[in-house]
Amino acid sequence: MEPVIELKHVDAGYPGVVILKDVSFEVRRGEVFILLGGSGCGKSTIMKHMIGLNPILAGELRVAGLEWTRKTHDELCRKIGVMYQSGALFGSMTCLENVMLPLEEFSKLNGKERRARAMSLLADVELADAADKMPSEISGGMKKRVAIARAMALDPEVVFLDEPSAGLDPITSSALDDLILKLKGEKGMTFVVVTHELPSIFKIADSCAMFDKARRGMIALGTPQELRDSSKDDFVRKFFNRGEVHG
Amino acid sequence: MGLFSTIGKNAAARGQAFGEALAFLGETTVCLLSLPFHPRRFRLGDCALAFQRASFDGLMISTGIGFLLGLILAFQSAAALKMFGVEVYVADMLTIGLFRELGPLVTAIILAGRSGSAFAAEIGTMKVNEELNALTTMGLPPIRFLVLPRVVAAILAMPILTICAELAGLIGGSLVLQMMNVPTVVFWHHVTSTASLFMIVFGLLKSCLFGLLVGLIGCGAGMRTQTTADGVGVSATSAVVGGIVAIAVADGILAVLCYLWNL
Repeated sequence: MEPVIELKHVDAGYPGVVILKDVSFEVRRGEVFILLGGSGCGKSTIMKHMIGLNPILAGELRVAGLEWTRKTHDELCRKIGVMYQSGALFGSMTCLENVMLPLEEFSKLNGKERRARAMSLLADVELADAADKMPSEISGGMKKRVAIARAMALDPEVVFLDEPSAGLDPITSSALDDLILKLKGEKGMTFVVVTHELPSIFKIADSCAMFDKARRGMIALGTPQELRDSSKDDFVRKFFNRGEVHG
Repeated sequence: MGLFSTIGKNAAARGQAFGEALAFLGETTVCLLSLPFHPRRFRLGDCALAFQRASFDGLMISTGIGFLLGLILAFQSAAALKMFGVEVYVADMLTIGLFRELGPLVTAIILAGRSGSAFAAEIGTMKVNEELNALTTMGLPPIRFLVLPRVVAAILAMPILTICAELAGLIGGSLVLQMMNVPTVVFWHHVTSTASLFMIVFGLLKSCLFGLLVGLIGCGAGMRTQTTADGVGVSATSAVVGGIVAIAVADGILAVLCYLWNL
């Protein structure tokens, strides 16, 4: 399958601070790709480069065949959807209005059609009942599902999820994983997920890239099973065996 | 070496902050100037909400302060003028003082305290909650989406608040003079003969400028909010302090220009 995202020899970080060096990988269309690693290893930083919030320090990064520049910024924004860790819903709007916002700004749909599209997206994430509720009236898990609906509003080529399980109980977290798998299966959606939740990784991941803070780089690439069973790297095995290295 | 390094780092940080402030000002100006060409892009609903909060919700306090200001000024000056039997000229003094200077100035300080800090806190909280990042990755510039409606609301709210504060100040002054046996009709006759159209329009234009400053500084402080525990509080404080300083500086510059141009 063709790659939706390509990173070639990318240095990630902020001006004057290199967090990850020489990172290269591809995300293929229709897969769930996980960025994982310990706290502070730079997985969210690399995601910020991929969604165009920060420019890369070196190398080449392409999303849907385009590099992030001033010229391509608007076009690329319509090709991606992002769900932030907190959901980042706008508190002054209802859930429905939050989902309708990108449609209002970028689609040619009229008011009725926008509403219908937003309702259908909320139904996809099983939250049609919460359409008229304010974000402050719904739970953390529901906020994340509304944020996923908003991220999918413009039919993006890839949806980024930043720590979807953070702050959720195991049952809600598992339900969110099921939702990701459902959307991937039904709509062929590509997901890039930042997480370090092992049950979630084994449930939803097609591929993983693992990063290490100490070595300031990507240390493993493959399926979660490959990384757990065949990696020769102590850190990778330790991570996948919940802190204990066997053999 | 430690001292030089600290000075250098501080200078670099200040330089960066200055650059960011210039970029913010530039982006906002471009957005503001492009407004007539793309009116549909303007978030009218958000502007109306910010306008309501800045103007109608703040009407009581600015009118009340204006009333007290007029009352106090009239008391203080009437006591001195009464010795010469010219306490009626308190009306002239109040008219000039309120319309030219104190009306816009005091109202702008109230706006900085109420709305400037609210703008900074609202936008700052949105930044901490990653809502600004969400806007950016949706291709919606936060300046157009959040800053412009608030700045326009502050510009529009200021003349309304100012005129109400000025009228309340004159009413306060008239009550004082009434107590000193100056008939109300005489007071208002002095007011209408002293106030000129230029004086009123100049004061209102000045209030619009102060509204622009309060809006820009409040929103700018919100956009620069750090994602720390005290980030939003620091932004709200800097919005109020920065707003008041900017208003005082702008007022000073206008006073000098008026003197030089004989206005």
